[in-house]
Amino acid sequence: MMQEGLDDGPDFLSEEDRGPRAVNVDLQTDATLQVDISDALSERDKVKFTVHTKSTLPNFKQNEFSVVRQHEEFIWLHDSFVDNEEYAGYIIPPAPPRPDFDASREKLQKLGEGEGSMTKEEFTKMKQELEAEYLAIFKKTVAMHEVFLCRVAAHPILRKDINFHVFLEYNQDLSVRGKNKKEKLEDFFKNVVKSADGVLVAGVKDVDDFFEHEKTFLLEYHNRVKDASAKSDKMIRSHKNVSEDFNRIAATLYTLGTQDSTDVCKFFLKISELLEKTRKIEARVAADEDLKLADLLKYYLRESQAAKDLLYRRGRALVDYENANKALDKARSKSKDVLLAETSQQVCCQKFERISESAKQELIDFKTRRVAAFRKNLVELAELELKHAKGNLQLLQSCLGVLKGEL
Amino acid sequence: MAAEREPPPLGDAEQTDFRELEDGEDLFISTASTLESSPSSPEPASLHAEDISTSNGPKPAEISLEDDREDLFAEATEEVSLDSPEREPILSDEPSPAITPVTPTALVTPRIDPVMFERCKEELEEEANGDSFDIDISVSDPEKVGEGMNAYMAYKVTTKTSLSIFNKKEFSVKRRFSDFLGLHSKLASKYMHIGYIVPPAPEKSIVGMTKVKVGKEDPSSAEFVEKRRSALERYLERTVKHPTLLQDPDVQQFLESSELPRAVSTQALSGAGILRMVNKAADAVNKMTIKMNESDAWFEEKQQQFENLDQQLRKLHTSVETLVCHRKELSVNTAAFAKSAAMLGNSEDHTALSRALSQLAEVEEKIDQLHQEQAYADFYLFSELLSDYVRLITAVKGVFDQRMKTWQKWQDAQAMLQKKLEAEAKLQYANKPDKLQQAKDEIREEIEEWEGKVQQGETDFKQISKTIRKEVGRFEKERVKDFKAVIIKYLESLVQTQQQLIKYWEAFLPEAKAIA
Repeated sequence: MMQEGLDDGPDFLSEEDRGPRAVNVDLQTDATLQVDISDALSERDKVKFTVHTKSTLPNFKQNEFSVVRQHEEFIWLHDSFVDNEEYAGYIIPPAPPRPDFDASREKLQKLGEGEGSMTKEEFTKMKQELEAEYLAIFKKTVAMHEVFLCRVAAHPILRKDINFHVFLEYNQDLSVRGKNKKEKLEDFFKNVVKSADGVLVAGVKDVDDFFEHEKTFLLEYHNRVKDASAKSDKMIRSHKNVSEDFNRIAATLYTLGTQDSTDVCKFFLKISELLEKTRKIEARVAADEDLKLADLLKYYLRESQAAKDLLYRRGRALVDYENANKALDKARSKSKDVLLAETSQQVCCQKFERISESAKQELIDFKTRRVAAFRKNLVELAELELKHAKGNLQLLQSCLGVLKGEL
Repeated sequence: MAAEREPPPLGDAEQTDFRELEDGEDLFISTASTLESSPSSPEPASLHAEDISTSNGPKPAEISLEDDREDLFAEATEEVSLDSPEREPILSDEPSPAITPVTPTALVTPRIDPVMFERCKEELEEEANGDSFDIDISVSDPEKVGEGMNAYMAYKVTTKTSLSIFNKKEFSVKRRFSDFLGLHSKLASKYMHIGYIVPPAPEKSIVGMTKVKVGKEDPSSAEFVEKRRSALERYLERTVKHPTLLQDPDVQQFLESSELPRAVSTQALSGAGILRMVNKAADAVNKMTIKMNESDAWFEEKQQQFENLDQQLRKLHTSVETLVCHRKELSVNTAAFAKSAAMLGNSEDHTALSRALSQLAEVEEKIDQLHQEQAYADFYLFSELLSDYVRLITAVKGVFDQRMKTWQKWQDAQAMLQKKLEAEAKLQYANKPDKLQQAKDEIREEIEEWEGKVQQGETDFKQISKTIRKEVGRFEKERVKDFKAVIIKYLESLVQTQQQLIKYWEAFLPEAKAIA
């Protein structure tokens, strides 16, 4: 149900372009572990993803297998990474956003209610559009869940995580209950503390130039990506509005064309037909911009946040290390609990160094991934825009030719 | 049609039946030039001569075939019954031998006919009034005159023409908005009640004008002035396109004379304004109470068609207005995104990507300009045309209403005549010999008076029906032309936008590919 032919016009958008393949990250998929979402089912208020794994690793019982997972189970996996101290030095791939069909469902409902007030053609057209919209959102959510899994599978350390393997292989329900109230509250406080700390930690100037630069860069970058993401959403929504307007206009022109008994009725019918086709192209332009631009920005908003989180963790470790140093000095000066302080300092030092080392690599990888993803998406965006504009132009010109001949 | 060609056997009495004789010649502008010389109106006379017994509305057969032909070709699906197809061959002296004799079956032949006819009609019109459409009007240079609440915008109206009715070949005058309204008001009062579709003037806008008066130099008041200027230009163009109105001295005075008396009666709160409102209300009431026996299917059909057209055009207009609004929003949002992308490019520390993002921002900025221009086109081409036509159709409906009123007047006259006849009959049986003769004479006089009025009423009704048919034919033709032209222009604007888009993205693509 993911592959559905939406266009009855010329093929302006081949199916690969719309495929759920992870386009926002440039990942090296290697044969030892390949993960994808081969199918998805949308039920009442949940989506069931079929996670398909192909692996030559010895840890798994089979070489190829599939399980069904829901959104909550993805979140559980993500949170287990975040909570794992061992992974403090890595950028944890951002969790996929919750599938949100509410808006779309509401629109479908409203359409059903308003059925009586519009012509049959209008209703069918709008229904088709809303269904297409629903499908697009569906495809997106599948893509985002898939990207998460692929990122984990591509990460040299995370792919070995036991929870990940369970997630992939265990063919029963993981019984991951959503967080209850108490846990949600705990999370909330954690976040509050974190952001306060974040400010603290960010204030401390880093000795290491690399990290100092990354800190400044990420803080600014994250904010700007956020802004760009919001603005691109708004722009795309306007684009959709315009294309919807053409729909209504085409419908009225059609009625005019059928009612009119003069010569101009042919004009009306022709231009109504044209606007219908042109509108479909406009809608695809908006959809492609959404996919290539808006989604890209949203993804990097989340990833830059994850990178910031990494920096925060390192910062925390640094503070702990420095505190341990101070404690050691104090202990030495008082000649009391020196061994304890020494061990504690050692631990903190190791932790800090370990995190710094992996963080550096992670941040470099992040940049590489980011540049590659932007390049890919911007190129594809430009190519698609061109494709659609050319298609549109062709339609318009041929219609003009016909109409001018009729003058 | 033979009657048209020969000098009609008219007596003076019949000529005086037509009050609007000064326009009589105009009725024939669309026919061959040979008719220009005929000062009287043979057609109505022939109608009058033949039509004695109709109680209501001229039968289609008696209307000049000229009109029939217009109708036939304007609305190919119509069924106008032709009782006298034998008239056809006499049309041969018109420069359109290609037109096949029209029989009812020919009505449903494919579209070729209307196109052919249209071409021929233009040829006709051009022949008839050689240079009748050689007049070009433009409204420009809006200038604010005065200060504060007494300020107004003065527009320059330039006319370029080779028509003989004007003194010069090129001339311009300064006019203000109320002058235009005044012109329309005069034309409406002269021509609407006899069935002419007078193009409506642009609408007043208190809010818009106040902003301009108060002197706000913001883009929205500039937009308002431009919108008004364009509307005034279209109004004048439509008015002079109408062959009858072009001949009107008021129109000529408006275009030519440097000083024009202030049209105070156009102000909403003037005495005339209030009178207008009262009349409008009275009309509305009357309309509801007049129950006309429509024996002419053409009118009924036409009215229905115009109702439908009105409805759809209004709907379309609303949709297009929404489109304009959304397009403007799109432009604004694209600009915002462009800025945001530029900022993002600035903070990106990978040089090539940073550059590409800046380029993206530039592309989006250019695209935002494109959207703005397209919105402008959406509006001025599409939306304004639709609003013009919505108002025009109101004028058309008004003219139909006038016909109803004329019919009512005729009926009333008949009713009165009937009463007088009955009164006379009663007198016959009265037994007062001395008073009788005097009363009889009086009644006789009154009866003659009312007989005249009945005849007048009937003639008026037939006249207005005929005029309306012609006007509607003309209107439909204009409508077709207008819409076709606008649709084509609009498509061309869309084409241009796409071409520009292609240019911009083609320039960007290598930049994106260059990211290393």
